[in-house]
Amino acid sequence: MLRFVATFLACLTLAFPATAQQADAPIQQLLQSQRDIIVESSRRTIGPAIDALANSGLPEAQVVMDKWQTRQMWVNTETGLFVYAEEVDRDTLRIFDFADGTEIGEVPDDGFDQLKPNSGIRGLIGTALVQFQLSDPDPDTRRRALDAIERGAEESHLAALRASLENETDTQILARKQRLERLLTIAYGETDAERIEAIQSFDGDLGVDVRAALNPLLSVRVEAANVLPTDPDIGQMLDPGSEQLSRDDAYALLVSADLAKPRISVEDQRNALIENIADGQVAGIQVATLNSQDARDMAYAALAEQGVVTAVATEAEVDQRLANHVFYERYVGAPPEVVFAAQAALNAIENKVAINQMFDLSLDALSLASIYFLAAIGLAITFGVMGVINMAHGEFIMMGAYTGYVVQLFIPDYTLSILVAIPLAFAITFGAGVAMERLVIRWLYHRPLETLLATFGISIALQQIAKNIFGTQARPLTAPGWLDGSLVINDIVSISYIRIAIFVLALLFLALFLFVMNRTRLGLEVRAVTQNPRMAASMGINPDKINMLTFGFGSGIAGIAGVAIGLYAKVTSEMGSDYIVQSFMTVVVGGVGNIWGTLLGATMVGFLQKGIEWFNPSNTLAAQTYMILFIILFIQFRPKGIIALKGRAAEA
Amino acid sequence: MTDAALPRRQPFALRFPSVMIFLTILALFTVGVTVLSEGFGIGVISTSFIKTLGKTLCLCLVALAMDLVWGYCGILSLGHMAFFGLGGYAIGMWLMYARTEIIVLESLSAAALPPTPQEVSDGIATQIFGVVGSSEFPPIWAFAHSLPLQLAAVVLVPGLLALIFGWLAFRSRVTGVYLSILTQAMTLALSLHLFQNDSGLRGNNGLSGLQNLPGMGDTPQSIVSLWFFWASALALALGYLLCAWIVSGKFGSVIRAIRDDEARVRFLGYPVEAFKLVIFTLTAVIAGIAGALYYPQAGIVNPAEIAPIASIYLAVWVAIGGRGRLYGAVIGAAFVSLVSTWFTGGQAPDINLGFYTISWVDWWTVLLGLSFVCVTLFAPKGIGGLVDILIDRKSPNRHGADLGPDHGALREQEAEK
Amino acid sequence: MSMKFLSTTAAAALLVSTLPALAQDVSCPIKVGVLHSLSGTMAISETTLKDTMEMLVDIQNDKGGLLGCELEAVVVDPASDWPLFAEKARELLTVQEVDVIFGSWTSVSRKSALPVLEELNGLMFYPVQYEGEESSKNVFYTGAAPNQQAIPATDYFLEELGVEKFALLGTDYVYPRTTNNILEAYLKDKGIAEEDIFVNYTPFGHSDWSKIVADVVALGADGKKVGVISTINGDANIGFYKELAAAGISADDIPVVAFSVGEEELSGLDTSNLVGHLAAWNYFQSADTPANEEWVAAWKARMGEERVTNDPMEAHYIGFNMWVNAATAAGTTDVDAVRTAMYGQEFPNLTGGTAVMLPNHHLSKPVLIGEIQDDGQFDIISATDPVPGDAWTDFLPESAVLTSDWKDLGCGMYNTETSTCVQIKSNY
Repeated sequence: MLRFVATFLACLTLAFPATAQQADAPIQQLLQSQRDIIVESSRRTIGPAIDALANSGLPEAQVVMDKWQTRQMWVNTETGLFVYAEEVDRDTLRIFDFADGTEIGEVPDDGFDQLKPNSGIRGLIGTALVQFQLSDPDPDTRRRALDAIERGAEESHLAALRASLENETDTQILARKQRLERLLTIAYGETDAERIEAIQSFDGDLGVDVRAALNPLLSVRVEAANVLPTDPDIGQMLDPGSEQLSRDDAYALLVSADLAKPRISVEDQRNALIENIADGQVAGIQVATLNSQDARDMAYAALAEQGVVTAVATEAEVDQRLANHVFYERYVGAPPEVVFAAQAALNAIENKVAINQMFDLSLDALSLASIYFLAAIGLAITFGVMGVINMAHGEFIMMGAYTGYVVQLFIPDYTLSILVAIPLAFAITFGAGVAMERLVIRWLYHRPLETLLATFGISIALQQIAKNIFGTQARPLTAPGWLDGSLVINDIVSISYIRIAIFVLALLFLALFLFVMNRTRLGLEVRAVTQNPRMAASMGINPDKINMLTFGFGSGIAGIAGVAIGLYAKVTSEMGSDYIVQSFMTVVVGGVGNIWGTLLGATMVGFLQKGIEWFNPSNTLAAQTYMILFIILFIQFRPKGIIALKGRAAEA
Repeated sequence: MTDAALPRRQPFALRFPSVMIFLTILALFTVGVTVLSEGFGIGVISTSFIKTLGKTLCLCLVALAMDLVWGYCGILSLGHMAFFGLGGYAIGMWLMYARTEIIVLESLSAAALPPTPQEVSDGIATQIFGVVGSSEFPPIWAFAHSLPLQLAAVVLVPGLLALIFGWLAFRSRVTGVYLSILTQAMTLALSLHLFQNDSGLRGNNGLSGLQNLPGMGDTPQSIVSLWFFWASALALALGYLLCAWIVSGKFGSVIRAIRDDEARVRFLGYPVEAFKLVIFTLTAVIAGIAGALYYPQAGIVNPAEIAPIASIYLAVWVAIGGRGRLYGAVIGAAFVSLVSTWFTGGQAPDINLGFYTISWVDWWTVLLGLSFVCVTLFAPKGIGGLVDILIDRKSPNRHGADLGPDHGALREQEAEK
Repeated sequence: MSMKFLSTTAAAALLVSTLPALAQDVSCPIKVGVLHSLSGTMAISETTLKDTMEMLVDIQNDKGGLLGCELEAVVVDPASDWPLFAEKARELLTVQEVDVIFGSWTSVSRKSALPVLEELNGLMFYPVQYEGEESSKNVFYTGAAPNQQAIPATDYFLEELGVEKFALLGTDYVYPRTTNNILEAYLKDKGIAEEDIFVNYTPFGHSDWSKIVADVVALGADGKKVGVISTINGDANIGFYKELAAAGISADDIPVVAFSVGEEELSGLDTSNLVGHLAAWNYFQSADTPANEEWVAAWKARMGEERVTNDPMEAHYIGFNMWVNAATAAGTTDVDAVRTAMYGQEFPNLTGGTAVMLPNHHLSKPVLIGEIQDDGQFDIISATDPVPGDAWTDFLPESAVLTSDWKDLGCGMYNTETSTCVQIKSNY
């Protein structure tokens, strides 16, 4: 009812505003003159409209572009007049006149279409707005202007930017402006000296923007000639058949420069032959014999001799032509002096970039290693210390992650929910681990192969149960806001906070493990039971209880790891199986029964995988394959892992 | 000791009545299915079920291999389904090539010029690899045109892989669970490799349309499926005989001894590694052959078939059927895979508990997993243990002393024979 | 009960009287096979489609069924196991004797079922966007062909966003491989140099994206605008988008357009950092039409408030209704008759406009591009006129000469150069 009244009132107001809007205001007329392309809203055609607004000199133009860019411009479908509007609710708009910014009233949105400029158009508007915004009193607006310049710089920006430098008060913005001014000078500077100076000022700068400014200066065109010209803008020579210039491309270049006869493709040759079939013969050769490439070449050559088809180059001619010409690059991006300065600056930068990329890769590898370590540390306890093969380890990780998800359902605050989820995940998986040890594993302590199979049975059952409860869809586990984003050291080296958190967590776990094993009564008893259960039992230790607690401890850690892994990747019922084989590898490669071995194993696996990815960046799958192969081979030569236990402990 | 000193041996069949019983049952089953089939019989059993049965026989064969390597030799290999898959790939390459070649030759014969060999090859490659966005033959397809060579590959590829892997692993004395994990890693690496398009075997798509035999386009599937069913039954029979023969002799005693106490056998002077290698390679070959018969019935082979989980299921079948006895493996594979088909097929009735409806599609896997735990804990002999109860065969009573690494086997009794 | 019986009989009687010769072909109930995985890795996507089919069948039954018969959905579970798709398809066609099958998600599962469908002359509706290069007599492709999704999205990148350098990221399987191949050829056609196209393939469920995201950022070093075309499938998207958000990559700097990310996938993550990135589909839940509002409301009423609708669901919606209309027009569910009646069938899209079934078994549908919003929905920012689906892409030399026309040429793989039918059956 209320809504009806509201709509009714809105309709009433609508009756008046139509007259209130100034349809003949200059800004509205300008917009109307461009209406078709504004409504069509395509980056290809929008240029004139933006130019008209930007160059109109009308004070309202800035408002129009601003509102347009932020999707607040609407068009009345009946009158075709433009307004800007705030959405009051789903169906109602509060509209304003562009002419003087007065509120026209609240109307239902049925009669209006929202203009949704895509990000390409928004960028163009932003570029056009720069001139108005650079000296705007609001620092945020100035920042937006600088963003717009970074995204789409124009020659005109340079002058505007220089003009705005003087009055800039904010030091941060000033620094950005100065940097942008130098970047724009590289591209649009008037004199070569000015540009070279700007280039040299970026010596060793790692920013992507610097390389983005320098690289276009080095653009080249490949040319061919009989002898190498001696112009100053000639770059390196190219060999046909090399990586930069394939043989076919080189020859195509000669053909297009009219320096050689064309070649013919197999299809074209075939079509030419077919066209010239007469009485079952081509140039006197029986069609039936044309079932090899050589025969077809001969037939074509015969046709060419008759002058029916154009002669084409034979392979020998191609080779000869290629040998008779030189191929070289000519710089077309900038005058030679600027090119050489840019080349020198880039060379210096590239070296630093390579080092930093190495560093970034190492960070990635370290992060991957910490994830593997985190996934494997629980296993290092159950498998490494107790010798129990727990194929359901991955499912404990999954249980931890789902615990995090469920907690977030009840506690919407992400920070608090993670703080609750971590101990809860530990408790739940600890309980599950203890239950599993009591019910299944303790009957199988001396039958490791059967433990493997039984725990595998538990693993598939748990996976399916998770699927039945939570569905097969991946569930969100969202990190708190303070873990969003990444630690940016420079444009090349950066690492997300969540990965740092996982790294720290891995270190904490390592410390916890060492503390528990070496400094507590439990740890002492665990080591005793592991080494010699009977002796330990006769010393008054209850091996059953210790085994149960140890297994619970290992499982609990897997649960916490699950929360961490869920935060950075995904929560699905199958997430555990993604980690199980790698985790076992990590433990086995490192050496069973030694936490430092697991640490080394994880580090090795992580670095190895990233290393292989670096060699073959287009295929991550291959990296995983080769890594596993490497591990298999590694185990052949060090069957006991990196850190092999010696003496009696090895037999335990 | 000379042969003369030994008592005169009874014929093989008499010493191992279970072999004859098994072969008889298999023969009756084959004849029965043929009579009931659509192709040659009265049409009670649908073609799709014939295919299921034929595939099940192949699974029984690979389970037999698994039993030999695990139940008898104590090597828990989690890689035998990889060999199975490789066998399928080897035969699949020929099936695809030959079938496509016929199509291409036919369509090119209409062209104005007789095709060059290059055009034929390109045409076939485009048809086979067009799906994965390529039109060139990768080098590993070099022999795909020849049936004999690809048949040799069915045996050689799994065999060689097993030989190399086994030689490396056994040489460095990787045993027990380590070996299991290593074989699992090998399986994972192989499946990841095949998942890549660059492997040249059509990546995730694998090889498909294998049920259509080249040049037999007019033969209905109801007939073709029976051919494969017979071939699978024959292969299973031969495989069973071979396995029974292996485990019955001195060789069999040695591998069982290796399972029970590897160190002692080594100290007795046997080349343990060589024995293990022979068994490992031989079973890989059997698995390859089983795969080569299986995939033309399934119609498609792809890397998912090689995933580690498949090999684990293989171990599950053997464990549920009963390790260390050949018929146990067959029973386990047949029982579990058929029951699986029944439950996941949606035919099993849902159970309504009032507050919750148990839908077997959802809960079957849970049941399978838990039953597996139960078998391990309470019935290590598996279904085959029922036979023991039937014929009143008992495990030796060691009066509470530890039996050794493996409950599932009847070591003492076997040693008495 | 008796009323319903009466009305059914009456309807049947009416039909029998109008179409005496044909109505005999129909045996009640009419069975609709549903071949979607309910377990295994693909259950995540396919279960939704099974629910969609059940809903569509129920809706149709409420309208009085088809040809005077009740419809019955026969659901089987191929368990994401590709060979099982062939086995279950055979079972559906021979044991259950269904009249039509709606099913499959992945290309490999379709390729697995194809030989069986062609052998037994079944009829299947395939609802997912795919890589094309196929046109089977027995399959109707209601999802997008590459020219209905990938090509328009790439055009959008080139023309609207001014992207000059492309990162094609995909999961390593056939759809991304073929699509990227087509796109590479297309981009080269458009004058993009080979070194400006970066291609990367990752395994299913990949989660470690930091290096790949860093590689993409580094592409911007030569001053060209970089755009990402993502054919990353399923779960892997979650890690990818999380890493993208963590790296602070704004859609204005490096836009990402995804072909396999819809409302369903986004429900697994927090989209506040992904606002502005793009997806290309033929349908978005946010489409503002009465038909769509009704559809979404019906879906939510049946499945729960938090459930979303997506593009393959619309494909089934169109496919199912077209099949119903075709069967009604043919007066039978006989496969050949229905197939003939399918050509030229029209049905309104949920997004407005009308879908038309073409003789090459593909639909003519509009292409939409949506920007991700912070509520996990898409804001539709571009919609094209209906694009006819093209079975054989024009951008790969081998398939440019091929065409499919089952209506007049009776061939799904017709070489226009030699004017011959390459083959009647499909490549598997």
